[in-house]
Amino acid sequence: MTELSPLDGAAVDAAVTEALEAIAAATTLDELKEARLAHTGDKAALTLANRQIGGLEPADKATAGKNMGKARGRVNQAIAARQGELEAERDARVLVEETVDVTLPVSRELKGARHPLETMQELMADTFVAMGWEVAEGPEMEAEWFNFDALNFDPDHPAREMQDTFFIDPPEAGIVLRTHTSPVQVRAALERRDALVSEGRGIYVVCPGKTFRTDELDATHTPVFHQIEGLAVDKGLTMAHLKGTLDAFARSLFGPDAVTRLRPSFFPFTEPSAEMDLRCFVCGGSDADCRTCSGTGWIEWGGCGMTHPNVLRAAGIDPDEYTAFAFGMGVERTLMFRHGVKDMRDMVEGDIRFSQQFGMEI
Amino acid sequence: MPKIPLKWLEESVDLVPGSTPEDVAAALVKVGLEEEGIEGGGITGPLVIGRVMSLIKEVASNGKTINYCRVDVGEHNDPAGPGHKPDNKEEYPSSKGIVCGAHNFHEGDYVVCILPGGVLPGPFPIGGRKTYGHWSDGMICSSKELGLGEDHDGIIVLASPSGESQVTFPGLVADEDLVPGASAIGLLGLDESTIEINVTPDRGYSFSVRGVAREYSHSTGQTFRDPADVVVTGTVGDGFGVVVEDQAPVRGRVGCDRFVARRLTGFAADAASPTWMKRRLEQAGMRPISLAVDVTNYVMLELGQPLHAYDLAQVSEPIVVRRASAGEKLTTLDDASRTLDAEDLVIADSAGGHGARAVGLAGVMGGAETEVSDATTDILLEAAHFDAVTIARTARRHRLGSEASRRFERGVDTRLQVVAVQRALNLMQEFGGGQIEDVYTDLDQTVAPSQIAMDVAYPSTIVGVEYPADEVVEALEKVGCEVDRDYESLLVTPPTWRPDLDSAITLVEEVARLRGYDNLPSILPVAPPGRGLTHGQKVRRSVARTLAESGLTEVLTYPFMAESRLDDLGIPDEDPRRDWIALANPLSAELPLMRTTMLATLVDAVRVNLGRGEQDVAVYELGRAYQAKNIGVLPTVDPTDGGIAPSEVEALNEALPGQPRRVAGIMAGNRVRAGWNGHATAWGWVDALAAVERIASVAGVELTVTQGSRMPWHPGRGATYWLTDGTFVAHAGELHPKVCETLGLPARSVAFEVVLDPLIRESDGVIAAATPVSQQVLAKEDFAFVVASDVAAGDLVGVVKDAGGDLVEDATVFDVFTGEQVGEGRKSVAINVRLRAADHTLSADEVLGVREAIIAAAAEKFEALLR
Repeated sequence: MTELSPLDGAAVDAAVTEALEAIAAATTLDELKEARLAHTGDKAALTLANRQIGGLEPADKATAGKNMGKARGRVNQAIAARQGELEAERDARVLVEETVDVTLPVSRELKGARHPLETMQELMADTFVAMGWEVAEGPEMEAEWFNFDALNFDPDHPAREMQDTFFIDPPEAGIVLRTHTSPVQVRAALERRDALVSEGRGIYVVCPGKTFRTDELDATHTPVFHQIEGLAVDKGLTMAHLKGTLDAFARSLFGPDAVTRLRPSFFPFTEPSAEMDLRCFVCGGSDADCRTCSGTGWIEWGGCGMTHPNVLRAAGIDPDEYTAFAFGMGVERTLMFRHGVKDMRDMVEGDIRFSQQFGMEI
Repeated sequence: MPKIPLKWLEESVDLVPGSTPEDVAAALVKVGLEEEGIEGGGITGPLVIGRVMSLIKEVASNGKTINYCRVDVGEHNDPAGPGHKPDNKEEYPSSKGIVCGAHNFHEGDYVVCILPGGVLPGPFPIGGRKTYGHWSDGMICSSKELGLGEDHDGIIVLASPSGESQVTFPGLVADEDLVPGASAIGLLGLDESTIEINVTPDRGYSFSVRGVAREYSHSTGQTFRDPADVVVTGTVGDGFGVVVEDQAPVRGRVGCDRFVARRLTGFAADAASPTWMKRRLEQAGMRPISLAVDVTNYVMLELGQPLHAYDLAQVSEPIVVRRASAGEKLTTLDDASRTLDAEDLVIADSAGGHGARAVGLAGVMGGAETEVSDATTDILLEAAHFDAVTIARTARRHRLGSEASRRFERGVDTRLQVVAVQRALNLMQEFGGGQIEDVYTDLDQTVAPSQIAMDVAYPSTIVGVEYPADEVVEALEKVGCEVDRDYESLLVTPPTWRPDLDSAITLVEEVARLRGYDNLPSILPVAPPGRGLTHGQKVRRSVARTLAESGLTEVLTYPFMAESRLDDLGIPDEDPRRDWIALANPLSAELPLMRTTMLATLVDAVRVNLGRGEQDVAVYELGRAYQAKNIGVLPTVDPTDGGIAPSEVEALNEALPGQPRRVAGIMAGNRVRAGWNGHATAWGWVDALAAVERIASVAGVELTVTQGSRMPWHPGRGATYWLTDGTFVAHAGELHPKVCETLGLPARSVAFEVVLDPLIRESDGVIAAATPVSQQVLAKEDFAFVVASDVAAGDLVGVVKDAGGDLVEDATVFDVFTGEQVGEGRKSVAINVRLRAADHTLSADEVLGVREAIIAAAAEKFEALLR
């Protein structure tokens, strides 16, 4: 093989062409490396030709330098470009090869959940907290006085009887498992009475919590259940405010079209008293076979009324100066019709599959 | 709750023309009488009178004897000729063929037939069908099938001209109405509906047709005709002798303030009650018994006044109304022998001395000895007014709620007694003959209702609706009040049948409900800015959430337990968790106690899940457990005009049993399940401890932990947590193997129980001060100490932190091991210490200094050797 002369432009071009062809022909990074060594390595024709420049006549040096600079530049550029292409191809291939099956089960840790009766109480309470109301609480093992007397229950009222109320032994101790969350209303009013009287700060509280009655467990009854009650005491409150509050509450749980209706009823602690119905949020009263409202168009939701003056008196509040309203509903019942729970037993047996349907929020 | 037959109701008020039973119920709901159900109706024809022309008894292949009947059903008859297949073997006269399995009827009898196209209650649509080898066009009906009561066997026989059959409802259908083919629906009253209503405890007067009719009139404006408008004959005077001697009034109220007694002589007690009366009694849910009893019940249902009929021959004058003597015996009409209480009010007669013999439990139930029998000829009829509280207590004491007691305990009209007696005696006389005594006894100590003053604007103030003065007055007058408008306030006298109207606020309800609640404005009141959730409420939410996020599922268990559960948990005798509180009236004798630890009931939730095939169960519950050394009688409260005094509230709270809020969890099985990418990890004691630490951390409280716990935890694998001031907070760790075995929990199940109240108290109102975050370089130093096996790693870390002083940012154990390398009875504890200064990069000398100090301290405290 004859040595390439840096002055022989045509020969240099031919060597470059050969190199470019070899680079273009390389399909892998390894082949490219081979081509690179072959055409730019120590023993490559172009490298050797470049080395000759030093020994040339000064007059030829410039021409030779120009020839070789241009030639080596073209080859190196081609190598770099091809290197980029081949690396990109390789990277793309690797990413494809690393593909995993994302449908495999990923979490093996046990998944926890809140109980929907608890999250329901939080949701209900939050509705009122957002309106400036406060959440009041009280003991579950309660004095008969708070559970009954303060709420205008006559001592001979049937609700005081053993049939409904769990009494702590001995019964003459006067301690019961609270039969409703209403005693909390009285406690909350007592705690806030001074601010009402001296600062004119109205009392607006809701009381969610556990309650007890001696009902056997079946699909629609449970001896341990939950209620949320509301109490508002202020100057000038009327039944229209009660209705407005219930409508707002209904809308927050059942959407912007929710409507309530009141029907006359009786409770010892309110006068006038009313039952509160919710317009069926499933059928709106249009489906005679609706399973949520049994075709009546209305769902019984709770009781309410204007707080009886005797209850306000028990809490040391002058009923001639202040009026008040109260309402209460069952949390279980709300959960049942809002979420289509068919059997009360699902809520109380502790089967984790029940809670897990609801996750962290309701 | 009362059942009101609509036909009966119509006697006292005109129904809105075209009203369905549902419309009537809706009108009653509007004024506060909730509908419980509607009965009756539900039958559509053809339901017709049939005459049995022929009847052939055949023994069917199943051994049963049936009748193939040809029945004349008038216009519904098939034309004469061969019958329908397969009965077309002979020529039949114009009639229909019906198969019937009953045998209480004969040829020529008039019966009731439902023909194809008819519908019986159920609904059961009736069609023609082949049965027992015949074509049967419908059926001959029994009273049960038509909803006319359960008392009669066989089919209904309306008349039996041959006299061979017993007539089911004698006199119910007049002879001239016995026309084959005529519709029987009206004749049998099957078009009559009954509405059952739910009466709230304040509306005793709605336990009567009279009261419900009045309410219907209020709701619809239809005219009310008072069935108590009865012409009273005779005069009050020396009738049968009666004295009221209440030696011990209850709550200051005399047990009986009115007693009317009147005789009917020469009465045929064995005369039958008219069928219409029996039918109405049955529709109202009462059983017809005899004329005298049926009439007293009928008048009670109509007017709301309970009555009692005595066999005059069995009663010795005078009747004495008195309290029972303790232990006195009385056999009541239900044949139960009852031992009376000194508070029970009795009706006594003077057989064996003045008032010596109790003959009835006043207002609750009569006695057996003076009961009216078929042989009775003279009747003494009683209508009294008894005190609601006395009757309520007696009814409950003897678990003897009766139609009478239900009315008395809600309050009965004080003006009805004479009228009710007259109405009842008129009916008895009409159907059983006899002479009504002209002079009758009426002891009347009733007090007229007190006047109530009410500002005419008061209803508007409470309800938020403008009620013009005229509307207020009109509404009150409508419900029966007398209203005097001549004063600044209205002076309102409530009617005698409304003892619940006792204050101005009760009058407001009347005004409001008569207008109705349908158009009540809806105004959302604006509350003053609130304080948001309390610290405790927020902490409890965070605790619940962090546990759920750690893989535990929240459950709610009943707080009732058996004492044996404490044994299952291995809780020793003197443990405070044995200071349980018992229920006086538990739902189940097996679960009479309130839980003293959450774990007592939480284990049941675990067991339910295990029983349903779940293997990995981690549950938690936020709730309360209850403990008391002994239960004392709560202090009495005597609220004055200012309400209950703060000192009284405090005394009550003080005396109530302890019921702190807690959170507990039990974890069993695996925390991480085995899968395609890894092995399973079981829940372990560390997870129980970690749960407590997380709870403390979300509450923002630092706890100290000490080695060891108590039952039901493993003695070597339990921890106890404290506040820094030494207040107990929690136990956590692995459950005792014995406990797991006894309760059927998987081996090595773990649990924790935290008392939340101290945690919440500790962090309430604490405003955490921030420490600046140092930007200096971190120095990490590792130590591998060899110590005796019983040295607690936590204690060692404590010493390391103390020795390192302020420069220690954190110190954690990253390895623990035992084995030959470290020697018998010793272990290696490797600790990573992070050192950093707030203001400069630590020099090598500084780090070395700290390192030496730590080594020295560990050596001094625990004889720790650096490996």
